[in-house]
Amino acid sequence: MASDTLTSSARTDAEITGLDALEIAGRDKEVSRGARIWAATWPKLAALVIAIAAWQLVVWSGWKPPYSLPGPLEVGRELAAQAQGPQLWDGLVTTLRRAAVGYVFSVAVGLLLGLAVARSTVLRAAIGSMITALQTMPSIAWFPLAILLFELSEKAIFFVVVLGAAPSIANGVISGVDYVPPLLLRAGRNLGARGLNLYRYVIAPAALPAIVAGLKQGWAFSWRSLMAGELLVVGISQTSLGAQLTYSRELSDAPWLLSTMIVILVVGLGVDAAFGAADKAIRRRWGVLDQAGN
Amino acid sequence: MTSTTTTPQSATTAVALSGVTKVYGRGANAVLALDGVSLDVAPGEFVCLVGASGCGKSTLLNLVAGLDRVSGGQITLAGDANPGLMFQEPALFPWLTVDANVEVPLKLRRLPRAQRRERVAELLRTVHLADFGRKRPHELSGGMRQRVALARTLALDTPVLLMDEPFGALDAMTRDILHDELERIWSERKLSVLFVTHNVREAARLADRIILLSSRPGRIIYSTEVNIPRPRRIDSPEVAAIAAEVTERLRTEVGRHGQ
Repeated sequence: MASDTLTSSARTDAEITGLDALEIAGRDKEVSRGARIWAATWPKLAALVIAIAAWQLVVWSGWKPPYSLPGPLEVGRELAAQAQGPQLWDGLVTTLRRAAVGYVFSVAVGLLLGLAVARSTVLRAAIGSMITALQTMPSIAWFPLAILLFELSEKAIFFVVVLGAAPSIANGVISGVDYVPPLLLRAGRNLGARGLNLYRYVIAPAALPAIVAGLKQGWAFSWRSLMAGELLVVGISQTSLGAQLTYSRELSDAPWLLSTMIVILVVGLGVDAAFGAADKAIRRRWGVLDQAGN
Repeated sequence: MTSTTTTPQSATTAVALSGVTKVYGRGANAVLALDGVSLDVAPGEFVCLVGASGCGKSTLLNLVAGLDRVSGGQITLAGDANPGLMFQEPALFPWLTVDANVEVPLKLRRLPRAQRRERVAELLRTVHLADFGRKRPHELSGGMRQRVALARTLALDTPVLLMDEPFGALDAMTRDILHDELERIWSERKLSVLFVTHNVREAARLADRIILLSSRPGRIIYSTEVNIPRPRRIDSPEVAAIAAEVTERLRTEVGRHGQ
């Protein structure tokens, strides 16, 4: 009898190993690193080439005189010259500092607000819909009030940046917490995660994708608000990127204007790519990436 | 109002339910899900709860697991048992590797790191997944995920296992093998199991005792001991005979609702 049990359990072992091998066969498809980087890069290169070509074609068509719409080559030269001097870098540092301070503060406010609203039904009823309402308000419409409140100052810009970004971040947190699968909550509680531990082990990681989406949207809003603010609230000590846009327009210096725009675009794309990478990393870990790796 | 309590002296029963009643909603909308269910599970006993839809099987497990409160009656667990609960879905945390999933209950019990690592390796060996610790749940098959869930539940070191149709979503072949696995682990670890299923054959294959619940409200209407020697096979005539008998009762119960 004993040997009977032994052989039967050895057989079960073999069956299990065999079944596992069959079921996960073909799931581990490795794509080489080089191929992956190329697959991610070439559409962007193609887009860049098409954009520059279209720009050059418009310039060649003679639609506008070259002093108001210079070609890519001239703007490229201007950009290279700007990169040599301190002005561009000073402007970039000023703008990025404002963006960072405003955004970090927005993240703190948004996360706290989001958590509070997600946890408390009273708060949700009271300010949940207000957060959504705030989000629909174009941030530039806040500036007149901000200028009345804080005059033409950094504070006015900061105020609008936070009002633009914090609601999106709070909404990300709220929807993340709302859509944590109830089954995972039950499993977590059964495994001994109660109170804060439930947040640490289940709710926070489960809500992470929605929170990152909120952070990304919050960044987009804060970057837009910041640019609007820098265009409107000029004349305060430093020459930010936004201020440089205004000055270059006033001086009718089209190459300077366009090269500044390119810098703004590149910053925006860079941060967006960072959020995209974070989002993708999360989705890969969760196994919700599709076959094409998108 | 009584609720789940734990007392050390009841060593003869692992789980004791006496007159457990559960009502959802209130007033005119109140629904009686469970009505006076009394049931003792002995230490090391494998009890299967069988019933049609709406018999409150899952409600019952939630109550025993302490995830919900009884409306009346009492649930007593031997010692300070915190029963482990398994669902039809593996309910693994997709953001963690297999290792880390199994480690969660150990972390929550504040075991030191070295000890945790040892326990995780041992548990994964138990469910034959020693080589898959660094995979993520989505890289595994359904049956493998359910075994990870079993290992994670076993990491609670609990003598009581509550299983809510854990193999319901698996194909027959995988299910048969997991029956063997569960039977082995149950007998090695001397677990008390309360296993909910709508599959009568599965109940006859696994159980020491089968309990049939009526639907709306859930009441115990039939109970039978299964004295077939182990290890059993799901296609054996003895298992089929028990299954036929329970199915007959179940059909009578279901038919009652059609009148």
